[in-house]
Amino acid sequence: MSPILLATILAIFTTMALALWRALKGPTVYDTIVAVNAFGTKTVLLIALITFFSGNYDLIDVALVYALINFIGVIAVLKLVDRQDLAAAGDTADD
Amino acid sequence: MRYFIALAIVLALLWLGLSGVYKPLILILGAASVALVVWITERMEVLGAEHDPGTLSWRLPVYWTWLVWEIILANLMVARAVISPGRIKPTLIRIPATTRTRVGLVTYGNSITLTPGTVTTGLSDGSGEIQAHALLEEAAEGLRSGDMLKRVQWLEGPER
Amino acid sequence: MIEGLIDVLSAGLLLTGAGFALLGGIGLVRFPDLYTRLHAGGITDTIAPLLIVAGLILQSGISLLTIKLLLILLFLLFTTPTASHATVRAAISAGIKPQGADDATKERASSNT
Repeated sequence: MSPILLATILAIFTTMALALWRALKGPTVYDTIVAVNAFGTKTVLLIALITFFSGNYDLIDVALVYALINFIGVIAVLKLVDRQDLAAAGDTADD
Repeated sequence: MRYFIALAIVLALLWLGLSGVYKPLILILGAASVALVVWITERMEVLGAEHDPGTLSWRLPVYWTWLVWEIILANLMVARAVISPGRIKPTLIRIPATTRTRVGLVTYGNSITLTPGTVTTGLSDGSGEIQAHALLEEAAEGLRSGDMLKRVQWLEGPER
Repeated sequence: MIEGLIDVLSAGLLLTGAGFALLGGIGLVRFPDLYTRLHAGGITDTIAPLLIVAGLILQSGISLLTIKLLLILLFLLFTTPTASHATVRAAISAGIKPQGADDATKERASSNT
């Protein structure tokens, strides 16, 4: 089973590299956000795969928390870009 | 009040599913964290009619199964477009979105976004319309046919 | 016998998921504008987690691990459309026009790929 997991992990790594390339290239800040969002999803999957690859099943909690933090992070960055202010109140563009 | 009880039950089940350690001290800490979250939720005043547990029904799993199948089909279409990008034909379309409830409208908008090839770009309460961006001709046609809207209306169930 | 079958099925799901993730990544690099790239990101956000988590669940059997994997899938499927929609709304309010609003831009979209 391990070779299959390893192949999947390598494919996810390649995808992350592609997403990172798009994030660095832009051209707009929103392209970067889309790429970083995809990068974050891939990180969650990567951690889940590494959990099974290493046999250390406690790692799955890290993936679970990362799935939530990734979402909140993307929303926070969007709000920062949109409002220039993380603490802005009222009807936000991202709720 | 029943919203808070429902929330507490859901949170407790979530905690039990995630913890895996069932010693008295840990259980007490778990109960305390559930109480803390319920208290914060009450302070934030975010719990409303959208969280009525009564809106859940047997229709939801049926809808999700259908949605997952749609997602797989849509993914095959978009994957083909990645291999031959000449096929893409981005369009902005407006489609009717006549749902009975706001939850239905949000479900419809989210389902459109979740299906690759189409993204909801604008939706507003009361306009009865959704603006969506479609990557492919087929995806736009699929949206115009209103098949997904019919499913969402079915999910909402009959008037109560 | 049954175990071998499950292993094969799980390997198939994992590799297909990895393949879709790669295609999504390629699309992310290859597509011409922000809105089309969002669709490519959609592949990596929906079917790749679906298939990979399904493959992992087949390996884990029934345990707390299964619940956690399902929760990961649920969180991902609930949050990514919200994040995509928020991105699109922010981009539109920033004045970035999608291609395909008229024929001229559409021609450019297919010719520069």
